[in-house]
Amino acid sequence: MAESYDKKVKFLEEMANKIRQKIIETLLEAGSGHSASTLGSADIFTALYFYILNHDPKRPDMPERDRVVLSCGHYCPVQYVAMAFAGYFPIEELKTLRKLNSRLQGHPHYGVLPGIEATSGPLGSGLSQSIGMALAARMNREKHRIYCITSDGEQDEGNVWEAVMFAGKNRINNLTAILDRNNIQIDGYTENVMPLEPLRDKYEAFNWHVLEVDGHNIEAIIDAVNEAKAIYEKPTLIIAHTIPGKDVGFMECEFKYHGVPPTPEEAVLALKELRTLCGKIQED
Amino acid sequence: MLNPQVKLSPDIFKEEIKKEPTRFGFGEGLVIAGDANPNVVVLCADITASTRCDAFRDKFPDRFFQMGIAEQNMAVVAVGLALSGKIPFISSYATFSPGRNWEQIRTFVAYSNANVNIAGAHAGISTGPDGATHQATEDLAIMRVLPNMRIFVPCDSLETKKATVAAAKIWGPDYIRFAREKTPIFTTEDTPFVPGKAEIFWESAKPKCAIIACGPLVYNALLAAKELEEEGIGTIVVNNHTLKPIDEKTIIDVAKRCRTVVTVEEHQVTGGLGGAVAEVLAKNLPTPMGFVGMQDTFGESGPFDQLIEKYGMGVGAIKEAVTKIVKKR
Repeated sequence: MAESYDKKVKFLEEMANKIRQKIIETLLEAGSGHSASTLGSADIFTALYFYILNHDPKRPDMPERDRVVLSCGHYCPVQYVAMAFAGYFPIEELKTLRKLNSRLQGHPHYGVLPGIEATSGPLGSGLSQSIGMALAARMNREKHRIYCITSDGEQDEGNVWEAVMFAGKNRINNLTAILDRNNIQIDGYTENVMPLEPLRDKYEAFNWHVLEVDGHNIEAIIDAVNEAKAIYEKPTLIIAHTIPGKDVGFMECEFKYHGVPPTPEEAVLALKELRTLCGKIQED
Repeated sequence: MLNPQVKLSPDIFKEEIKKEPTRFGFGEGLVIAGDANPNVVVLCADITASTRCDAFRDKFPDRFFQMGIAEQNMAVVAVGLALSGKIPFISSYATFSPGRNWEQIRTFVAYSNANVNIAGAHAGISTGPDGATHQATEDLAIMRVLPNMRIFVPCDSLETKKATVAAAKIWGPDYIRFAREKTPIFTTEDTPFVPGKAEIFWESAKPKCAIIACGPLVYNALLAAKELEEEGIGTIVVNNHTLKPIDEKTIIDVAKRCRTVVTVEEHQVTGGLGGAVAEVLAKNLPTPMGFVGMQDTFGESGPFDQLIEKYGMGVGAIKEAVTKIVKKR
């Protein structure tokens, strides 16, 4: 068991690396899009789509599936890439991102791409959509869970706190929010633009159970998600501390890479870094 | 004369006609819809009694959600419920929902084509003493511009009940608008209500103007039509309860027969019913038009009936608009 689990973790880490490479290629092809946060959250999406979720990419409307609601819609390239590798649609289709007649809209559109559970992009509303899905599941006595992926920048939105208050009041325990705490937003570092700390205390004050993990430690992400399942009296927030631009040295922690794709030259460099694990191994 | 086929109330022009706010019909409609379908759920933002959601809440407590004063969250939680197969109604005052939460409605309800029903209470200037902050006179414009959105503006409490029951059955986003103040119940259970189909309520011999109205002001339009007929000006009065998708056929038909049109609405004359009818006619049959409604201005505090007079939506104002426009035939 232990050995097979270790093997699984190794597989997940390799998958996260593959997903990062594909993000670079996909954004380069698209010519616009968000680099830093998509690279930074690749481990979270890998853990979700390749370990945590009860889902079947060949049956995206399976009633008992877990729901993933991406609140920060600009992260969608990492979700699309993870979904493509998981088998929701052909990997080739990633080349259509942000292009005319594509199912891969610049921000996700509910109803056009099976497996996308919600429209998002305008920030701060994913938690509300997740709550609605969680209430419906509760009313129907269904066992699936709702995973809301949210970012730190969007905590500036008032709608978030309306939702946080409601979920705490109603003990929405089939909802787990995973917050990508990468400390950047378009105009700069979150603590300069609009300070969020003490973020943990804020959620706890609204009756949430809060966990904090290293968002690049896939085992830690999985453990936190499992702990959340065992919390019956509250919704759970997992604050995943991540490095924006993770594994592409020149992008790491640079807020200027928040909302832009790599240039062709940067893409070459980024892919070389990713293929060699930052120079630790030889490139094939 | 009144169109006998639409079976309006025999008391319609009597002093003692029964009056009730249109929102009462919403409350009754919710309970009927809730009885008919267990997936119907109701969300309210701290004004449950005022929007008449209390009867539903008391009958189906497990299907009622108190959202607090948080219209943005309310709209999007409803989307999550709808995408999971529920049939949510969200209710607040129209200035707040769909006013304050318009972007949430635009992106998450309309763009997702989610089966969410939006109920805007206290619409128009019927909110009277509360003043302009609470008088929604722009809601039809901001909803009409949204793709996928269907809009009902019922004329009395009974029609509001029918519209609410219909909205629960129709798949897709709906907006229903209703008012606070008591207004006459002049339709009957037998009056037809078919979504998307405008009804002719009044038709004079040799009509010279088609009065196309929506909401409780349809009653004022009928009073005006009666007086105008007595004064020798024949009209047709259309109850245009579905603003979107609008009944182009009926509008073109009455415009062709009358050769002039006056629209009547408790809303800004831009973007609402007047705008919608003007678009239909400009495309199909350019016709001289008059516009009765709020003339690009905000309201103020005051008794409802006096506000209607001051802001030019009374019987006299409708008659004046008709008299003026028929000269352009």
